[in-house]
This record gives sequence, structure tokens and C-alpha cells, in this order.
Amino acid sequence: MQASDSIGIVTPQYLHIDKPLHLKSGTILRSYDLVYETYGELNSARSNAILICHALSGNHHVAGFYADEPKRVGWWDNMIGPGKPIDTHRFFVIGVNNLGGCHGSTGPASIDAGTGKPYGANFPIVTVEDWVKTQTQLADHLGIEQFAAIGGGSLGGMQALQWTLDYPERVRHALVIASASKLTAQNIAFNDVARQAIITDQDFYGGDYYSHNTLPRRGLRLARMLGHITYLSGDSMAAKFGRELRAGKIAFGFDVEFEIESYLRYQGDKFADQFDANSYLLMTKALDYFDPAGAHEDDLSAAFRVAKANFLVLSFTSDWRFAPERSREIVKALLDNVANVSYAEITSSHGHDSFLMVDDYYHQLVRAYMDNIKT
Amino acid sequence: MTEIINHSIPSRPDFAAIAAWIRPGAKVLDLGCGDGSLLRYLQDTRNISGYGVEIDDNNILSCFKNRINVIQSDLESGLSSFESGSFDYVILSQTLQAMKHTEGIIMEMLRVGKEGILSFPNFGYWKNRKQVISGHMPISETLPYQWYDTPNIHLCTLDDFEALCHQQGAHILERIVMNGKRRVRLLPNLMGVLAFYRLEQRKVMD
Repeated sequence: MQASDSIGIVTPQYLHIDKPLHLKSGTILRSYDLVYETYGELNSARSNAILICHALSGNHHVAGFYADEPKRVGWWDNMIGPGKPIDTHRFFVIGVNNLGGCHGSTGPASIDAGTGKPYGANFPIVTVEDWVKTQTQLADHLGIEQFAAIGGGSLGGMQALQWTLDYPERVRHALVIASASKLTAQNIAFNDVARQAIITDQDFYGGDYYSHNTLPRRGLRLARMLGHITYLSGDSMAAKFGRELRAGKIAFGFDVEFEIESYLRYQGDKFADQFDANSYLLMTKALDYFDPAGAHEDDLSAAFRVAKANFLVLSFTSDWRFAPERSREIVKALLDNVANVSYAEITSSHGHDSFLMVDDYYHQLVRAYMDNIKT
Repeated sequence: MTEIINHSIPSRPDFAAIAAWIRPGAKVLDLGCGDGSLLRYLQDTRNISGYGVEIDDNNILSCFKNRINVIQSDLESGLSSFESGSFDYVILSQTLQAMKHTEGIIMEMLRVGKEGILSFPNFGYWKNRKQVISGHMPISETLPYQWYDTPNIHLCTLDDFEALCHQQGAHILERIVMNGKRRVRLLPNLMGVLAFYRLEQRKVMD
């Protein structure tokens, strides 16, 4: 990481929202906290704000690093910073941890003021629409009437799309990267296997593992290992690991032998130490439920009729979890509505994870698009 | 994927020829839009709205820099992303000769657009014929490639193109033939370098 173009030390901020949130599920959350970070300066016209929405396992720490943890660099630091494609010299960039997450915003591990205990299994199911609603509260708090752009990859791209439908006046540009207007059956299937791994872990205790002083680590680890496989492409795994053996020879046992096993177990362990299993369940459900065409007899073009934003849609050729076809469905619906839209299909071998990687062409496209956004 | 090459010619009299046919404020689809400079020109001079379709990565980036809407897509697979009659004009500028599915793209253009505007280099131009007679594949300003590296796989003369239009049910509304900046009226199939056609789907009479 080049320190020269990093936004540098960043500090999370908290917003307590003491206003009941009516969730799509029908449940009402009386109050909640959102943790967020900002980079750059909001201009006097308040017209240069960019909201970055995170994906399944992301959070509000999008760019920069922490004073006490210089190695904890934001998840999209290669994209956002001074002189970077999303340039903090020009834009005021906001990252927010979604409701139901486990990095500071109210989630299943937070204490429910009503009971004095963690919400656990009682934390309500949240949807992309609910998140967007909470994000408007943050925008109001920061005095942002209209975002110059809202963007994200994967589940983050879904939130950007939802903004253009629910608050068309409040977003001028949507950056929808490696995303989809709904998950396929195959995609939901992967999510359910991940959920089953967690839910059937003996230490899950129906979601109330906090009071048993334990964690469903094995389940969360398996969920992450499975997810990780689907975020990579077969080619990138072959290139990175091939059939390499850790010890150089076969041991005829069930311990770690192949490098890929070692890698996945390491990733699974690391994730299980820092992510909350209930949050993981919630995030996967939000993905599964997202389907803006659902309310319009499966007509995505009809769903986009209200949208006013300009759109940048990007996909990656080797992404089979959020395949280019899914992005093209979004583009088709936007074309039907004569929306301003540009679409590029970026050649990349890194699968779904491509949207997080440094790729010269990808970054040049985002930079060129951002350069055209007036502030 | 097939690479569509939209090579530019100097001083772009072709832009002006196409622009003259475009109604101000029209909705335009430019197929094989290259770096987007024709759409940029039409936005600036005709206040049009619309999209470019392009396959090449570098061209896509140039389109972004030219501030035009561009959709990365392979024309050879058709225009299924675009609804019938959804554009006033569909342009195919100096791309036809490099396409595999020549017949298909003309039909698609006239399905999606109320009118189609096509331009291509005239293979019947006398200098081309002269080179063929002398025993060589022609190389010229509008056909600047060697036979072995040319993207142009479907070259034709004006007469050939018009025969295809007739066969495809495409009605020719207007034709302009150019030699540099000069309009060619005499013996166009022999004297013309670049040809421009404005087409519509022939109305079927009951």
C-alpha cells in the first residue's frame, strides 16, 4: 500500500437514531446506532457527497487506516483516496456499516435496551430497502440532500440500485459494480448452505450463543470457506494454488495437504474470529430477498420507471456468482427507460472478487466516469 | 469475440454527412461507435440523446472520456438489449464491412430504429478496381490494410449493397456518395470513395 495516496488516519463516528424504524418485515426497531467514516470535505453546496455501500462481509471502514492499527486498511482503499479513481480531493466520501452488521452499527450482538441482553435471534431480518432507509437518516444528519453518487460492489451495488428507486431525487449517479437485480436459484442455494453450516453448529444455540459464552465458529468458518470458493474463479484458483502440496508430498491423511486447503482454512479461521454469525445470516438473507422487479410482476423495466439517476454498470468476465448476464439485465431495464447508462464488461480472471482488486482498466473506467460527475 | 474496427478518416466529412440527416433532439444509437467522437459531435451539433455500442476496451474508455453513454457489447450477437422502434436513428458508420453477420445487422438496425444510417467504403471505386486489375488487393485511405491483416471481411460496391437492401426489404430513402470533402454525383459506383445511406424498413402493403 502506497502511503502517499492514502487518505491516512481515519476515525469512525457514531450516530444514534432515536426514531422508530419500520422494517419491511413489519417489525419496528425503536432506535439504533450507525457507525460511519468520512473522507474528504463536504463542499459548501453539499453537492460532492458519495455514499459507498458495503457487501456481505464489508463495513464502514472503506479507506485509510486507524491510528492504533495502521495495518487495518479500508476494504476499498485502492479505489478511494487523494488522487485515486474516487478522488477525495473532489469528493466527500462516506462509508457506513449496515444495520444488522457487527462492526459498530446496531446488530444481533448489540445489547437490546428492552432486555439488557444481546438481541441474538431476536434481531429482526433487515432488507436492502431497510438499509437504504437508515442511510437516509445518516444523509439527513450530515446535511446531504442529494448524493453526487452512491455506489458499491455486489450487495453494495444492490443498495445503490435501491436508492435510485426509493429516493430518485436524492442520487445523481449510481455505480453498480459486479451486482445483480436479484439472486439466481444457484446463488440462493450457496447462501443457504452457508446458513445451514452456521445454524446446525452445536454452538449456535438458536442464535443466542452470546449467553452461552460461545461462538458457532465451525459453522461460520465453513460458510466463509464455501463463500470464498464462489468469489474466486476456477482459473484464478488454479493459477494461485494449482495442486501444490504444503509438505511437497502426499501424506495419505485428512490433514491439510494441498495449498488450497490451507488457504481456505486460514481464511475461514480469520473470518470466524472477526465476524458475527448472526450478522452473516442476516446479510445473506438481505441478498436473497432483494428483487425490485418483484413488486412489478417481475418486470424490471417497470421497476426502474421511477429512477432518475445516471448509471454506471460494471461486470467482470470471470465472475460467475454475479455474472455479466445479471448486469446486462440491469442495463436492459435502464435502456428501456431511456436512462443515462454506461456499461463495461471488464476482462478479469479474479471472479467476483475482481471488484475489490487493482486493475488498471477497471480503475481508469471508474476514474473517467467520476471525472464527469459535476459537484 | 469479434473486434469491430471503426477506423477514422481525416477531417471527418463523414460526420457532417451523417449529422445533416439527423433531426435535432433525436434519439440515436451508434453501433460500433469507436471512441464516441461521432456521438459527441452529434450531441454538440444536433443535441441528440442516445447510446453507443462498442466492443473494444480502449474505445470504451475513450467513450467515457467523451462523456457519452456506451454499452459494451458484441454487435455480432444482435441488438437484443434494444426494443423495436426505440430509436429515431440507428447508425452503423464504417463498420458493416468488418461484420460477420452483415444481413442480420441491417435487419436489426431497421427493427430497433425508425431509420438506419449506414456508411461504408466503396470497393467499386476506380482506384480500387485499378489495383485489382493490376493484380493486387487494393490499399487506400479508406481501406488501409494488407489483405492478411484487414478486419474488412465483407467489402462491397454501391450496386452490391443496394441489391442486398432490396433483398432484405430495406427501402433506401437517400444516398450520398463522397470523395474526400466532395460529393460525387457522376458514376458514383466508380467515382465514390465513401457511401452513406439512409434506410427504412419497407412498408408491407396489405
